[in-house]
Amino acid sequence: MTSRLQQTKGGFNFDNHVRNTMMEGKGMGIPKATKTGTTIVGLIYKDGLVLGADTRATAGPIVADKNCEKIHYLAPNMYCCGAGTAADTEMTTALISSQLELHRLSTGRQARVVTAMTMLKQMLFKYQGQIGAALILGGVDINGPHLYTIYPHGSTDKLPYVTMGSGSLAAMSVFESRFKPDLTREEGISLVQEAIEAGIFNDLGSGSNVDIVVINSEKVEVLRNYAKPNERGVKEASYKFQRGTTEVLKTSIRDLVDIKETVNIHTSEAMDIS
Amino acid sequence: MFSTYPGQVVVDHPVKVPIEHRFDPYVDNGGTLLSIAGEDFCVVAADTRLSEGYSINSRYVPKSVKLSDKTVISMGGCYADCLTLTKKIQQSMEWYHHAHGKTMSTAAVAQMLSIMLYQKRFFPFYSWCILGGLDEEGKGAVYTYDPVGSYERESCRCAGSASSLIQPFLDNQIGFKNQASQKKTLSLDQVLRITKDSFTSATERDIYTGDYLELFVITSKGVEVQKMDLKKD
Repeated sequence: MTSRLQQTKGGFNFDNHVRNTMMEGKGMGIPKATKTGTTIVGLIYKDGLVLGADTRATAGPIVADKNCEKIHYLAPNMYCCGAGTAADTEMTTALISSQLELHRLSTGRQARVVTAMTMLKQMLFKYQGQIGAALILGGVDINGPHLYTIYPHGSTDKLPYVTMGSGSLAAMSVFESRFKPDLTREEGISLVQEAIEAGIFNDLGSGSNVDIVVINSEKVEVLRNYAKPNERGVKEASYKFQRGTTEVLKTSIRDLVDIKETVNIHTSEAMDIS
Repeated sequence: MFSTYPGQVVVDHPVKVPIEHRFDPYVDNGGTLLSIAGEDFCVVAADTRLSEGYSINSRYVPKSVKLSDKTVISMGGCYADCLTLTKKIQQSMEWYHHAHGKTMSTAAVAQMLSIMLYQKRFFPFYSWCILGGLDEEGKGAVYTYDPVGSYERESCRCAGSASSLIQPFLDNQIGFKNQASQKKTLSLDQVLRITKDSFTSATERDIYTGDYLELFVITSKGVEVQKMDLKKD
């Protein structure tokens, strides 16, 4: 008896599309994408590039972290700002940073920014947008400064100035008004600070402080909390509780181990020093 | 070809499918309000930020309105509904004044508001109301409402986006809950400090609270308004 050989199908499997349409028909929609509460920016100036980020992490309408770090280390010459799901940006950048180090050791050369970009986009595309990481990758390599945006589905853009996150429109309005090529280091930092502050004050998903990283061919400057325009004022009163505020209703002490001490007294013998 | 599941119908031409259009009139404009009743005073406080989604529509839109020398109302939720409801209350109070020759007492306004809210039981005002004022004996009074008119007189209450952050703090500091200290009457100065700290703390952790804080202090002398800065991020 002959049996037909089942030929292996190549390409993508769209079975889940069928499942999703069926689920939608039954009333269970696709889970809504969580909003990226962040403002991250990057721009290229005369000698290199400047990356900037706000420091607010939100869980819905609540501020989970008032001073988190959104600019991640990738390589000695490359840093990556991350917007989107915090765990995804952390883990993705850490993974690619590790892969880049192995790559550096294997090739014996400084890694190129386009290498990191390719590693990131290939991973994000493989996961079809399920990894919610929207990244701004910036670095300086043998070919000069490079600035890329990488979207959760894996698409990339190479641009002289970029913004991402829920505060990206506020930040981009600043860049579109005042960016020009060949800015000085001071002008670049000042423009990035203004763009992040536009996001901090006009977008509810962004807030607190401004983090900046300046990269050029010679060095990298990590300016953590470069600006702190939102310091908390002094409280009106002290809410310290006095001793005894929490009533002790009952005290019971129980020995866990029975300790029996026996002391042996015996005649001391002279030390043998022969 | 896709692999099919039982019951699936596969067609190769466009199909007409009914699309359900829904009327979705409500919008949440955020914000937080609170009111504390004292021995002979009442404090009504609210932030002034008006937001929509992740945007700020305005940094200064007062949420509290003085209804009379003895009564102040504060409303959060859908600002459009709050505006119309405030107007309705003010107009009814004016009719009352023409009919009876006196200003409506705080308790009377409280009951009227409950009736007004329930009249729209099946298309409610999306507004969280807190009415603060002095009762006929001159003591502080706070009345809290749900969107359809259920109301109760309390000693202190907060409503709005950061209510779950502030209410436990108020229960501890104003109601002396969960601690062994004796209950003591709080002065106006202490209540104002607690109110300001409540709002600065809520501003730290709630994205919808911030910009400015407006405090209405109702005493036998009348209504005094104070404005304070809050963080604008």
